[in-house]
Amino acid sequence: MSGTQFRTPLARVRALGSAKSGTGHFWHQRLTAIANVPLVIAFVLILVSLLGRSHAAVVQILGSPLVAIVMLLFIGSITYHMKLGMQVIIEDYVHDEKWKFAAVIANIFFAVAVGLAAAYAILKLSFGV
Amino acid sequence: MADTRVPVQRPLSPHLSIYKPMLTMMMSIVHRITGAALYFGTLLLAWWLIAAASGPNAYGRVQWFMSTAIGRLILFGYTWALIHHMLGGIRHFIWDTGHGFGPSEREWLVRANLAGSIVLTIVLWVIGYAVMGGGQ
Repeated sequence: MSGTQFRTPLARVRALGSAKSGTGHFWHQRLTAIANVPLVIAFVLILVSLLGRSHAAVVQILGSPLVAIVMLLFIGSITYHMKLGMQVIIEDYVHDEKWKFAAVIANIFFAVAVGLAAAYAILKLSFGV
Repeated sequence: MADTRVPVQRPLSPHLSIYKPMLTMMMSIVHRITGAALYFGTLLLAWWLIAAASGPNAYGRVQWFMSTAIGRLILFGYTWALIHHMLGGIRHFIWDTGHGFGPSEREWLVRANLAGSIVLTIVLWVIGYAVMGGGQ
């Protein structure tokens, strides 16, 4: 293996590679994907049960503890998962360094903003105000 | 010296355009497209939840939009993309374990993915319409 002799023992032990995150991205994508399977099924069931209901009924159901907790887990897991996925798409197709940098940042902002907005709505429904 | 150097024209590895389209290849692309669509679909989810948290008027606007033909189409597409991407994810989990790579297995997996997502989406909407028709 040419080149490996230039790596320090510490770098080899850390196994984080040139991207400084090792297999973290891959692993987190799989981890959130595993979580997404039951959470998506639960979300779809919640969605169907709320179809056509009045605002008052929707508020009551979405704000009930079990539904709200499932929704918060769903929002957290999917927004992190989609941030990871979109980053791969950007890295595949945006080759200009400046645009890639900007797109990766915009991706993080979008995922955090949407996730936080949705989570805030669930919390507001839960706690009233 | 340095500025006289011409960049070497290196050979590029073959890309999509030279391959005959195959189902596994198309489904890989569809997995990415559904993922990207779901990414922007979360705006819809956030809008729906924020409207519910804001009050009856805001929620009424979401309900009105979702009842229009365009709204229904977007919602139908969103549910299909969600189910398709989820089943595609399960397909990738099977492949992650090293199983299902045989010629007939991988074909079966992508066909099951596509058929499953369409059937499940239709079943979901049949149930959805039954629920909507039933209880208010």
